[in-house]
Amino acid sequence: MALFEAKNVTKQFRNQLALDDVSISVPEQCIYGLLGPNGAGKTTLIRIINQITGPDTGELFLNGRKLKPDDVQLIGYLPEERGLYKKMKVGEQAVYLAQLKGLSKAEAMKRLKYWFKKLDIIDWWDKKVEELSKGMQQKIQFVTTVLHEPKLIIFDEPFTGFDPVNTNTIKKEILFLRERGATIIFSTHNMESVEELCDNITLINKAKTILEGSVDEIRSRWAANEYDIVFDGDVKIEGNGHYNILNQEKDNNKSIIRLKTTGDTSNNEILQTVMKSGNLISFNPALPSMNEIFIRVVEARN
Amino acid sequence: MNKISVIIKREYITRVRKKSFIIMTILAPLLMASIIIVPTLLMMNQSGEFKKIAVIEDKSDLFKGVIKNTKDAEFVYLENTKLEDLKKSFETAGYYGILYISPEIINTPNAVQLISKQQPPIGLLQYIENSLKNEIERQKLLAYKIENLNEIMKNIETNVSIQTIKIDSTGAVKTTSTGIAMGLAYILGFLMYMLVFIFGAQVMRGVIEEKTSRVVEVIISSVKPVQLMMGKIIGIALVGLTQFMIWIFLTLAIVTVLKSTILQKTNITEIAQVAPQNMMTTNNVSAASTAQTAEVSPQLAEFSKMFDSAMNQPWGLIIIAFIFYFATGYLLYASVFAAIGSAVDNETETQQFMLPVTIPIILALMVAMGTMQNPESSLSFWCSMIPLTSPIVMMARIPFGVPYWQIAVSMVVMLITFAFFVWMAAKVYRTGILMYGKKTSWKEMWKWLRYSG
Repeated sequence: MALFEAKNVTKQFRNQLALDDVSISVPEQCIYGLLGPNGAGKTTLIRIINQITGPDTGELFLNGRKLKPDDVQLIGYLPEERGLYKKMKVGEQAVYLAQLKGLSKAEAMKRLKYWFKKLDIIDWWDKKVEELSKGMQQKIQFVTTVLHEPKLIIFDEPFTGFDPVNTNTIKKEILFLRERGATIIFSTHNMESVEELCDNITLINKAKTILEGSVDEIRSRWAANEYDIVFDGDVKIEGNGHYNILNQEKDNNKSIIRLKTTGDTSNNEILQTVMKSGNLISFNPALPSMNEIFIRVVEARN
Repeated sequence: MNKISVIIKREYITRVRKKSFIIMTILAPLLMASIIIVPTLLMMNQSGEFKKIAVIEDKSDLFKGVIKNTKDAEFVYLENTKLEDLKKSFETAGYYGILYISPEIINTPNAVQLISKQQPPIGLLQYIENSLKNEIERQKLLAYKIENLNEIMKNIETNVSIQTIKIDSTGAVKTTSTGIAMGLAYILGFLMYMLVFIFGAQVMRGVIEEKTSRVVEVIISSVKPVQLMMGKIIGIALVGLTQFMIWIFLTLAIVTVLKSTILQKTNITEIAQVAPQNMMTTNNVSAASTAQTAEVSPQLAEFSKMFDSAMNQPWGLIIIAFIFYFATGYLLYASVFAAIGSAVDNETETQQFMLPVTIPIILALMVAMGTMQNPESSLSFWCSMIPLTSPIVMMARIPFGVPYWQIAVSMVVMLITFAFFVWMAAKVYRTGILMYGKKTSWKEMWKWLRYSG
């Protein structure tokens, strides 16, 4: 069942059409990617889901019911532009934000202590936000987003500005949250994270949906029968009636060959043939990366 | 509603804990008290000393022995002393100063000089002036050769000081004092102006801070924009009220403590003289209280008369009206400030909006000043009804007495208007807080009003 659905959402700002008949359907406990170039309309859609602004037309459903104001307590939101009161202390501010989401003060304190210990930031409790670095602030804000255990969590560009270690931490936490039952929507340009985390995606460009579906399915759709083969040492292969060699290169005493099959040759058959050429290290279908797909789709439309 | 109270609490506590709040709260009453107390102390110090004054009259002896000694001053009439000589040596001779009377005094009032090292206290000057004046009048009368002049003079000597009595609609009489009314009008009007401005500006700054730090987006994913706006406005109002209460309390405490310690020894009337002189520049009050000389009982009577009339002001009405007008006036202006804050990206951009907002307030203050002189003028009347100026002007009118129906009408108009302004401001606020980089102007904000969001 879809936890969240947006149907035919349109939003017009004075000079600009931000969303044009956009629909998304987010299954429960899914990690859903909202992709698109800058200015595509992602943030507008996110704001509409959070009831920060309202759509001109269209409807939104949470758990099968129409989205209503109280539902903000079931939704967590980490905006793209991080924002915290600079002069307020960390602990106090986190409790305040949690209370605004409907938690009691006592409950908020309890949960905050848990999260702060988990992320090893308990020392920051009494510091003012302005005393912390940007990465630290983002960590804090991450905690405030998930504290009230929302069913639906929305991250707008959660990895921007994080170093690799922190990026990895956030990725782990997203997976952890999903395990605990949350459904997650995040918008990003970081295609690598999309491949790592997302189950489903929607690609928006110029206010319209131009691609949607599960990540695996999309990549397969765009797969073009290409394979990456890696040999030990210096190996060369020739094309034959079943496959063409697209690219061969040598790298660190390995040979990397990309070939494209013609027709219905099975993997086993290809393997049997190429194995004769040398010491095989790996054999993988060359699915296009999300990055490639993104670029191709957006450029095709433009 | 619950969420608004969470916001109110946060806005209140973060501001009340700030060092600047604590300092302002303690400092201001100290300053106020010292403005009243310190000059008084100085004056008293001076007049407390016993002064010996040499009197030199040029070419005559009309005024010999005229100025009588008081408990603070001795007047030593020196014959055959030249002014120039004494000027150099009077201090070492133990004189506080030289009173020089030239022969033209009958016709020219300023033919009298008091030469001294320090500025003489006003009481002393007026005592000397009165003594000389009385003597000159006496001399002039004598010239008419009226019979039994001395007897007649004694009989007609009177002290007049007007006691103002107001009759209200039930025919009950209450004594009042114009001085007190004017003082109160001034204080209340000015206080209202300050409070609206200082705390209205705090609202604006808070809104801008939330906008620039982008925290506003997080918050309005949890509450509606109007809840945030009202929470902030009310929270800051409470800060203002708290500060106000503490001020009153502290000022009263300081004045009471000082009264019972330092000032007990000396003339209460000195304070009655000096304090109004410091706070107001009207002549009425100071003249009334310095008309008498060093007799204690008429002065005490004067002071207690002032005290009585102060007590007889309609305090109940004043307090209620003040709270009402502060609440509505502040809410009106604070919501405008919030709207302005939402429309800009930083504090410097607010400058262009400040002038139109300030004008009604300054206007109100000026009319309030005029009200003190003429409480019944039609300008005062209208400005106490028009909602933008009524908080200040009506408060200035109340000490002079205002019919209840006028107050009621003014309050109703104020209620409707402030609700309207808050509604408009909320619409502008809701759109403005998420808009960055737009060219800000009144026209832009007007567009947001129509925008339903």
